This record gives sequence, structure tokens and C-alpha cells, in this order.
Amino acid sequence: MRIIVVGCGNVGMTLTQQLSKEGHNITVIEEKSSVVQAVVNNLDVLGIVGNGASYSIMKDAGIESADLMIAVTNSDELNLLCCLIAKKAGNCHTIARVRNPVYKKEINFIKEELGLSLVINPEEAAAVEAGRLLKLPSATKIETFARGRAELVRLVIDDNSRLRDLALRDIPSDLKKQVIIAVVSRGNDVFIPDGNFIIRSGDEITIIGPSSNTTSFFKKLGLPAVKVHSSIIIGGGGTGYYLAKQLIALGIKVTIFEKDSSRCKELTDLLPQALIINGDGTDKDMLLEEGVMSTESFVALTNLDEENIMLSMYVKSINPKAKLITKVHRVNYGEIIGSLNIGSVLYPKNITADRIVQFVRGKNASQDSNIETLYKMNDDRVEALEFIVRQGSPVVGKPLVDLKLKKGILIACISHYGEIISPSGESVIRDGDSVIVVTTRTGLKDINDILEN
Amino acid sequence: MNYSMVRFVLFRLLTVLGGLLILPLLVAIIYREYTAAQIFFLVAISCLVLGVVGAHKKPLNKVIYAREGFFITAAAWIIMSIVGAVPFFLTGTIPDFVDAVFETVSGFTTTGGSILTSVDSMAKSVQFWRTFTHWVGGMGVLVFLIAVVPMADGYSMHLMRAESPGPVVGKIVPKVKDTAKILYLIYFAITVVETVCLMISGLGLYEAVTISFSTAGTGGFAITDSGIGGYSTLTQGIITVFMALCGVNFTVYYFLIQRKPKEAFAIDEVKFYFGVMLLSAFLIGLNVYMAGIVNNPGMSFHHALFTVASVMTTTGFGTLDFDKWPMFSKTLLMGLALVGACAGSTGGGFKFSRALIAVRNARNELNFLVHPKAVKRVFMDGHTLDGTTVKSVSAYLGLYVITMVASILVVSLDNFDYATTVTSVIATLNNIGPGLSMVGPTGNYSQFSYLSKFVLMFDMLAGRLELLPMFIMLKPGTWKK
Repeated sequence: MRIIVVGCGNVGMTLTQQLSKEGHNITVIEEKSSVVQAVVNNLDVLGIVGNGASYSIMKDAGIESADLMIAVTNSDELNLLCCLIAKKAGNCHTIARVRNPVYKKEINFIKEELGLSLVINPEEAAAVEAGRLLKLPSATKIETFARGRAELVRLVIDDNSRLRDLALRDIPSDLKKQVIIAVVSRGNDVFIPDGNFIIRSGDEITIIGPSSNTTSFFKKLGLPAVKVHSSIIIGGGGTGYYLAKQLIALGIKVTIFEKDSSRCKELTDLLPQALIINGDGTDKDMLLEEGVMSTESFVALTNLDEENIMLSMYVKSINPKAKLITKVHRVNYGEIIGSLNIGSVLYPKNITADRIVQFVRGKNASQDSNIETLYKMNDDRVEALEFIVRQGSPVVGKPLVDLKLKKGILIACISHYGEIISPSGESVIRDGDSVIVVTTRTGLKDINDILEN
Repeated sequence: MNYSMVRFVLFRLLTVLGGLLILPLLVAIIYREYTAAQIFFLVAISCLVLGVVGAHKKPLNKVIYAREGFFITAAAWIIMSIVGAVPFFLTGTIPDFVDAVFETVSGFTTTGGSILTSVDSMAKSVQFWRTFTHWVGGMGVLVFLIAVVPMADGYSMHLMRAESPGPVVGKIVPKVKDTAKILYLIYFAITVVETVCLMISGLGLYEAVTISFSTAGTGGFAITDSGIGGYSTLTQGIITVFMALCGVNFTVYYFLIQRKPKEAFAIDEVKFYFGVMLLSAFLIGLNVYMAGIVNNPGMSFHHALFTVASVMTTTGFGTLDFDKWPMFSKTLLMGLALVGACAGSTGGGFKFSRALIAVRNARNELNFLVHPKAVKRVFMDGHTLDGTTVKSVSAYLGLYVITMVASILVVSLDNFDYATTVTSVIATLNNIGPGLSMVGPTGNYSQFSYLSKFVLMFDMLAGRLELLPMFIMLKPGTWKK
């Protein structure tokens, strides 16, 4: 696909990296020439220095023959203008990043009128993910499939876990039946485990199953499976606002720390039920005063990665029971941050990039299936994809044991008219089902790609 | 340094070289030159086997940086030159191996300076290989590798940048591989069109093909001792046109194919290139006519244009012996030789775009003395250039002059006359071929000492690869792991 990416900040860079890895022809437009230089040196893409909303720059980038234009600059208005111009000049698909909550209410109108294919709000997406984690605090990551009916949940096995030192085949059937253990990561290695695989203490396992089962799976493991009751949020920016709004709706007590006093006033208007503290979240005394020792969850959402990580480590040391969520912008140090053991880490850039990659792959797929959802995990080494199976696909109608799957592919879940099945060898995929596949073979575009030729 | 990636690319290159050697093998079979055929077969097979075996194990870490890019490029060209010399040596065409390597370096770098006194008696297949090296070297063998062999994925740009000429090597489409393919397709098309034109003008297929190789690569190896002088005026005219076309930045052709004439004609250096070419041809034509060397003003302009195109594109073909022309013409020609062709073409030299940047920068600097607070930037092709490009051009100019002066000093040990000493270095560093006096259009490089030959070989490689790869390879820090 010919893709033009306008704006090469955090999200733009991650996105360009992802899409270029998938083999698309990418042209990047960015105003800072040093950034363009860096992108062109590191990735096999074409760089153009200039304002993406300019028609002549768009023409230079080949908008007339492009298939997709993605506008991810810092400014919502610029992004929308880029989309408008791209649509008129090239009649291609357009994707815009729009963050301002004011536009959020009117987003469907804007989408319709400007002919946008997709609008993403990274802050809201990050907040949704954080909100899910606070509903099931023992999980380090939760993603949903099949319109929320199936879930992918990640958790860490500790020394006291019932699963410790058990081979998968020996797991008690009350646990085994409910969900599928799809991925295990141990240190720097990632496995898609088979029956003989033995789970060790310290492993991070990813389970996939119906949403109701994941909760009871947690209960049976003796892990808390109820939502938190209180939350301290550091940083009242976009993500903080969206998160607080969700949590308040769930009846969770929310405290927000925000440095900027005028923003605090805005927040009090927007979130009358929340406690807004005008102060620096890194002020230890103030944190203690506002009950950091007793809070059930702590979410660090400032704009500085270092500050977020430091805060989380501090809270971990004084209040080890609290659920921690840390927002990190830099994606390159995932392994190190993972080893710090500070609970869940949110990468807003990845969330956005995943959504767009999912869209692009879906556009690339053939007619008889398409990608409904895509999540990248473990530093992009594992992907979980949800496909809708259309008529005539060769995977239909045969028991799973008879399908010749490629290596490194696991069918984790089948959704049949809303009924979620954790499949066994005898399960059969039917037309119209949605199938969740977990794989170490990144880059699947189509359900048929899982079969050996 | 990622040595395993260096090994991988170099062995891949050897495989490609083996593949390329099959062409002269076919020529040898067609012309029933069975000894030569055996030798080409032997060399080709050895390259293929060695290349396939050596590149069998794929490197785990495919990441390369500019350093590896430069290193691989320099090493590739040295290996290519040594392997390419083997057929000349084994067939007995060039009995001395150093001379054979010199001839091959001269071929691949599209210099066209020879150590042979006569080429008339050479076997047709060897002759073919000799001109084919021009064609391969013209666009660059690594660019070819990138175009046809799946390799370093996102990192091939470092190779392309190291091998392609010009101050800023950009891509014309997002992917390096596609860019390389487009460049080779344009190159191939130009060569085919020239071959057809030459055949229409009355040449045989073999002659037309070999001359096209030499022209398209802006090389300059001719297949007869009389050079291009023995052909009809029409043939010479066709060669003039194609020499001039191959000295143009290939991006222009891409824009023209894309039906974007505006973008194509917005490139400053191409306008200057043609302007300077026509003006110089007029001046030299007039000078030569006034001196009474050519009696017909039309013919005088014809020969002047041919020679100017030949020297500016650094091809080095000759119709007349310009060593016998008046001093003004000779000096102007050597001046044009220093500037050379456009960036992104197959020609050599300092490159027009660099010269333009240097001149415009100098003008700005002068302006600063008059208006110390004035803000001025260097404009090219309708854009302002960033400081790094201007800086790198200045650095390049410095390195270029140092290389030239140092080489002249070493070559002077041979104790030849001034014109020979200086122009031999100018002609090799800028990949032209013929200089003046002993290395003039009728002379050759056979009389130089081994030391001088090695220096001139270095100059040819450094000139073709635009200095940096050769110097980076010589820098001890590069070799560290």
C-alpha cells in the first residue's frame, strides 16, 4: 500500500516503523528537517520536509496515487485539514489523530463530513486500557475481543500460585476448561506453550477466554477479581481526564494531582465528583497527606517517563498492595521497564499504532475474511488477531485437529453468534464466526494465512 | 563493525559478479573463442560457487550503519577489480597482473584510461568484458545488488548512499529496492536506445553494443585504436548526444517518465550543465577553428562539442587528438574535467551540484563581509539547503584537493613532464581517462611505475566512490568491532 504519514513525532515514528516493517511504501512529511533526516536514515521510507497541509507538498509526496494518508501531528486542526486536502486531492483513505475532548463529542459529524476512515484519540484509548486494568487489578494487561465478550488478560505467576511448576496438561480441569493459556513470557523469551510446557514462578502468562471466565479464573487462582475502590491519578491531562471520567462512572473514588492551576479549575468543572489537588505529584508529603499509603490504585500519567517510573517505584515501596499503572512514551526500553516490576505499563504510542496497523492490514486482506482486532504483545514479537471468517474459507467446516496450521499459531478462541468457545481439537469453525488467533508469526493479513500451503 | 553482514554482502556480490561473467562467456562461444570461453567459464563458476557457499549462512544481525555501508562499498569495489582482472591476465591479453587490475579498475570506475598500447588485436569476448565493466560500474554494482537480490532490507540505503554520486543521495520512491530498480531500468533503456541508434547509423551489433556500454557508463574504452575518430559524423553525433544524456541526473528521467516536466526542469545543476556544455563547445570550436586545426567551422563545432561532452561527462572518448589543440582549449577542457557531470548520473568528477553549492556559498560568505548582519542561505533547486549539506561540500572540496595534490606529488617521482604528471591525476581522480601529453588521447598509462599505478588506481576508486568510502576504509577506527 502507498501510505503517507504526516507528522513524525512519537506516534508517527512508531507507526512508520510498524508499517515499514510490514512492507508498505511510506512517505513521511514532517516540518523539522532533522527529524526527517533521522527517519530516512533508519527506515526504508521517503522523507519530505514541509507542512503536510500544503497541497503542493502533498503532491510531492504523491497524494494522487496514495492509498492512505495518516495525519498524526500535534495539532488536531492541522490533522483534520490534512485529511480534508488529502481526500480532495487524492481520494484516498484518511486517518486523523484528534485529541481535543471538544471535538470528541462531534467526532461522528466530523468523520462523516470530512470522509475520514478512522479517527483515533490516543489519550482516550490509553485511558480505556487503564480503566480496564483497574476493573481487574491483578492483571497486568487486558484487551478485549468480539465486542468485549472475550478477553485477553495477562498476569504474573508468583511463588504462591496454584499454577506454579505445573505442566499445562496437568492443570486442574476447573481452571483448564475456562480459558486458554496462549502465551508465556519468561525473561526475554516468548513461548506459545504446548501441553508439556511447565509454568514457573515469575512467568508472565497471557490467557484468552470469555470475559466472565477470566474473572472466575482469577478468583479460582485466589487473586482479587473486584475493581479497585480508590485511585490516585498524577497528571490531569487528556488521559487523566478520560480515565477519571470512566472511574467516576464506576463509582471509584478519584484523586487527581495537577500542577497547573488553570487546568485544575477546568477539571473541577468537568469532573465535579473528583478530588482535584493543585500540586506537584512528585511532592512526597503531599502524596502522603492525600492517602497514597492506603489507596488501592495509583496511576502515573505525567508527561515525563522518568517521573512516572520513579513515582510508581516509590509507591510500590510504601504501598505494595496498590495496583500501579505507569504511562511511558518511549517504546524502546520496554524490556528494562518490564523488569522493574512496577505493574502495568501503558504505551499510548503502541495503542495508537496498533489500531492503525490493524486498519491497514484489514484493507489489505482478501474478501473472505478481515481483521477485526489486532494487538501486538511482548515487544511486537507476538500478535493476537481477531478475524471474521467469511464464506468459502478453507478453515471452515473441519475440526481444528484436521487443519494443517503453520508453526507458531494458536487458535485461542472462537466466537459463534456471540457464544465464546475456548476451542479443543474437535471444535469446528463455521461461516461468520470470529476467530482469535495468537501467533509469533507477525504480519498475518487473512485467516487463510494460518494454514500451511 | 558488523563483520558477518560485511561478509554476507561481499559474497553475494561475488555471486552477482559470477553471473555477470556469463555474458562475456556467451560472446566467446558466439565468436568461437574457445580458450577465452574456458577462462570465462572457470572464473564465473568459481565466483558463483564461492559466492553461494560464502553467503549461505545468513547473518543474525542484519543491522548496518553508515560505517559498514562505506566499508562494504570500498571493499566490494576492490574485490570486483581484482576478480575482474583475472580474465585479462589468464587470456594473456595483459600479461602483468598489476596492469590487468589497473585496466579493470579503470573499467569499473568508468575511467577508461588504458595501459594497453593497442586494442585492435584483442579477442572479441575480452573486448566485450572490458567495455561491459564500464556498464556495470556506471550505475554501480551494489545498486544492482540491491535491485535484484533480497538483502539488507531497510539498511540497503547505506550501501546505495555510499556508492551513488552526489552531495545528497535521495530516493525517488519510498523503497531503496524500487529506487534501484527504476534507476537500472532507465539505464538499461538508454543503453538499448543508443545501441539501436548506432546500428541505424551503420554499425554492427557487436560494435554498437560495446560502444553503448562505454557511453552509458561514461567510461571511454573504445574497441579500436583510432577511438571514435574512425566512425562517421552521424555516429559521432549520436555518441555525443548519449554521452551528454548519461551525464544528467537520472532523477530528471524519472520525473519525465512520471510526466512531471516542471519538477524535471527545476533541477538547477542540469540547466547549468547544459549551459556550460554548449558555451564551452562554442568557445573551443571557435578557438580550434581560428587556430586552423579544423578548416570547416561546422566540423570544428562538432568535434568541440564531442570533446566537451566527452570530458564533462568524464567519458573520455576522442575523435581528434585534443592534445594538439591550442592552450586555451586544453586548459578549458581540464577545467571542465575537474567539475565533471551531474550528481546522480553515471559520470564522475567533482559534480556540478557540488560546484554550484560551493560557488553559492562562497558568494554568501563574500556578502557577509559587506553586510555582516545579513541572513543568507544557499538555494538549490528552489529549496534552501540545510547547513550540513553545505558543510559536507566544503569538507569534500578540501579532501578532494588534498587527494589530488598528494597524488600529483607521488606521481611526480616518475619524473615525467608537468602536463603528464598533473593531468594523469586529474584524469584518473575524475574518471575521465585521457589527460594531456603522454596520457593524452593517443597515449596511455603503461609507462608509469608500479607505485604511480597504485596511486592512480586508488584515485580512480576514490573518484568513483566520491572519496569517503576509500578514506573510511583506510581509517583504523573503522575496523574495530
